[in-house]
Amino acid sequence: MAGLTKQGVAGFLAKQGILVAFVVFMIVFTLANPRFIDIDNISGVVRSSAILGVMALGVTFVVIGGNLDLSVGSMMSFSTIVVLDLHDKIGPALAIPAMFALTLCLGAFIGILVGYLKLNSLIVTLGMLSAIHGLTLTWSGGKNMDIADKEGTWFAVFGQGSILGIPTPILLFALVAAVLGIVLSKTPFGRKIYAVGGNGTAATFSGVPRARVVFLTYLVSSLCVAIAGLMQASRSLGSQNTVGQGMELEVLAAVILGGASLLGGSGTIFKTVIGVLILGFIQNGLLLVGLPFYVQYVVTWVIIILAVWLDIAAKRGRLLSPIA
Amino acid sequence: MSTSVTPVLRLDGIVKTFPGVKALDGVSLTVMPGEVHALMGENGAGKSTLMKVLGGIFAPNEGQIFIADEPVQMTSPLQAKSKGVVFIHQELSLADELSVAENIFLGELPRKSLGRVDWLTLYDRTDRILKTLNVGFNARTRVGDLSIANQQMVEIARALTVDPIAVIFDEPTASLTDAEKSVLFDVIADLKGRGVGIIYISHRMEEIFKITDRISVLRDGQYRGTLDTAHTNEDEVTQLMIGRSLDLSRKASSHEVGEIALEARNLSCGSLYQDVSFTVRRGEVVGFYGLVGAGRTEIAETIFGLREPSGGEILLDGQTVQFRSPIDAIARGISLVPEDRKGQGLVLGMNCRDNMTLPQVGDLVAGPFVSDGAEIAIFDQYRDKLDIRTPGWRQTVGNLSGGNQQKIVIGKWLSMHPSVLIVDEPTRGIDVGSKAEIHNLIRDLAAQGYAVVVISSEMPEVLHVSDRIVAMYQGRIICDFTAETVTEDNLIQAISGIDPRKVA
Repeated sequence: MAGLTKQGVAGFLAKQGILVAFVVFMIVFTLANPRFIDIDNISGVVRSSAILGVMALGVTFVVIGGNLDLSVGSMMSFSTIVVLDLHDKIGPALAIPAMFALTLCLGAFIGILVGYLKLNSLIVTLGMLSAIHGLTLTWSGGKNMDIADKEGTWFAVFGQGSILGIPTPILLFALVAAVLGIVLSKTPFGRKIYAVGGNGTAATFSGVPRARVVFLTYLVSSLCVAIAGLMQASRSLGSQNTVGQGMELEVLAAVILGGASLLGGSGTIFKTVIGVLILGFIQNGLLLVGLPFYVQYVVTWVIIILAVWLDIAAKRGRLLSPIA
Repeated sequence: MSTSVTPVLRLDGIVKTFPGVKALDGVSLTVMPGEVHALMGENGAGKSTLMKVLGGIFAPNEGQIFIADEPVQMTSPLQAKSKGVVFIHQELSLADELSVAENIFLGELPRKSLGRVDWLTLYDRTDRILKTLNVGFNARTRVGDLSIANQQMVEIARALTVDPIAVIFDEPTASLTDAEKSVLFDVIADLKGRGVGIIYISHRMEEIFKITDRISVLRDGQYRGTLDTAHTNEDEVTQLMIGRSLDLSRKASSHEVGEIALEARNLSCGSLYQDVSFTVRRGEVVGFYGLVGAGRTEIAETIFGLREPSGGEILLDGQTVQFRSPIDAIARGISLVPEDRKGQGLVLGMNCRDNMTLPQVGDLVAGPFVSDGAEIAIFDQYRDKLDIRTPGWRQTVGNLSGGNQQKIVIGKWLSMHPSVLIVDEPTRGIDVGSKAEIHNLIRDLAAQGYAVVVISSEMPEVLHVSDRIVAMYQGRIICDFTAETVTEDNLIQAISGIDPRKVA
């Protein structure tokens, strides 16, 4: 009986390790600085994580499908600049759908290259990171983009507004997470993503349209980027061309922290949300205990490596193993 | 057995559990000096796990390993080797680009000052070992240039670099010719003469009875007993392995065959196969027999929409069809149980139910969502029908034994209610018990009116399940036989490219 209980605890740790780590982490930082679990602080962290979070939700689809997406940061800069520019030219009501359409075109383009032409996703999205950056600068002429009448537009609602006292970015993050969580876990499309990422050949042999599934994961990812770009533009009502720079790695970090395998076939939306929050709270906690902001780059990296190590260690049953 | 001799190797009460599975349940094994000890059991019985515990790859939960009565802790294969326990694996683990000598001494190359490799000593020591093995290559040969059989000999040479106390052979003859086997058996006899204890893992009964002294049997992770090879027979060992005796006799088909379901007319696919014509009727099992590379799998893949034919046509129920992908083929009632179960048949990380319902998950919906109930109903139905042994539908497929995995793949396609079922190598890597079950299943399916194509490289299998047999050689059909007229000699001639009807 004792053996069974022990097995149960180990099994729970292996499956929910990330959640346990999160709770332990919260307790430690709270003891170091009680302000950490102040409701305002928590709300602030979630709010500032929301943009990154929405992007991570989309990338979760791509990663479960067995691919990478390193273009999301650059693509988010594009969406932000485009919607801000069009805001003053054609008005927010048209600027928003126009920006969504353009961003989805970028996602579709990547989807065709990786899905139908079967090109390596690392190379394609790394190339697109650079190409989209060029596209953004071409659009803006290299200048920062600002909305002329910052007081008089309703456009600020997506980044600055609140409903029933809850900030809109948090609501949007929660809404997108709920919808995508259901799509992934409850629909045939979600099941096919897991199959394609788990074993693409077997999926093909089972009549799953592999190319189309991969294509659609990139479309979902670009949709999330468009939402994130909208939130970003609405929050600041002005932007540099590099606003999303480097976010592709943070996004990937959150997805890995959540426990999705880079080999594809595993991960969930819920876990990614946890990964996003952990990343947000780590960065916030480090600031609250008085460390300079650049320490977070090092700490974030260390935590990701630890997460990956503990993940494979849990699968092997020991920390060091002669075989993988 | 005299008790005064110290066993070279003793495993005592080994228990190894994985989450949800007890892979080894108190297994004990004693190997005496100069003994060849067979370890037998079906796939999934725990042989590999036991050997991985012995090699330090898995730490046992309970139990103790003794070498010459000294308790030891195994932590890695290298450490096991330093204690004189060496493994010769079925799957080769050689570096193709390196020389034979470098492969044999990998990790322990002889050194000169400043860490430089002492090549002369290395080649000299290697050639001395190779000499005892009587092989036709030398220390400087690149391993990638050797045949599979010779690569196996390199593996064996690697084991002989230390003075071994115990050598474990894991399916060593799987890829060897008869001549190479006899060299291997000489090596084993030589080791035996030097007092080395040998564990010999194999499914091949004739070898077991030829070279071993005792046979230990595992079943479902439990030790089932040890028999003296001289005082037992195949039946007794088989019964111990599977818990009952096997009926391998062929069942005559008692049912009527129906209309032609599948027909190929002058079908060609580039250089893979040419001008292939055949028919398969409902209620009939047609076996495709030939050597690897004869084009059988490629024909199946063409029919399933995975390859585009370069000429000829495929007819289903008398209608010409053209499939651009498996999706089209599946929609028209064709199912393919592929050759490579793990690579093509299953998503190993997914659970049993999701694997089984994958081709039709888009149809098992309530509104926009997958219907849990519909999926579980299908899984339960085929689990019962095919007697799939799994703790539940949530079990990850990768954790099942080969036989149960294959049944999941078969269940996946039966649940699609196909009109034509193609089964490529239905029992490759599957233990004898599950093999017989799958053979019976194929016969039953034909009796129920399915048109079945069985592709196999095993002659007994083809003879056992088929109503007709198509023999192929280098992309062409040489001739076909009915179950009544076929003989083993004719089949062997046909797959070597000789049409037996013309010879006579």
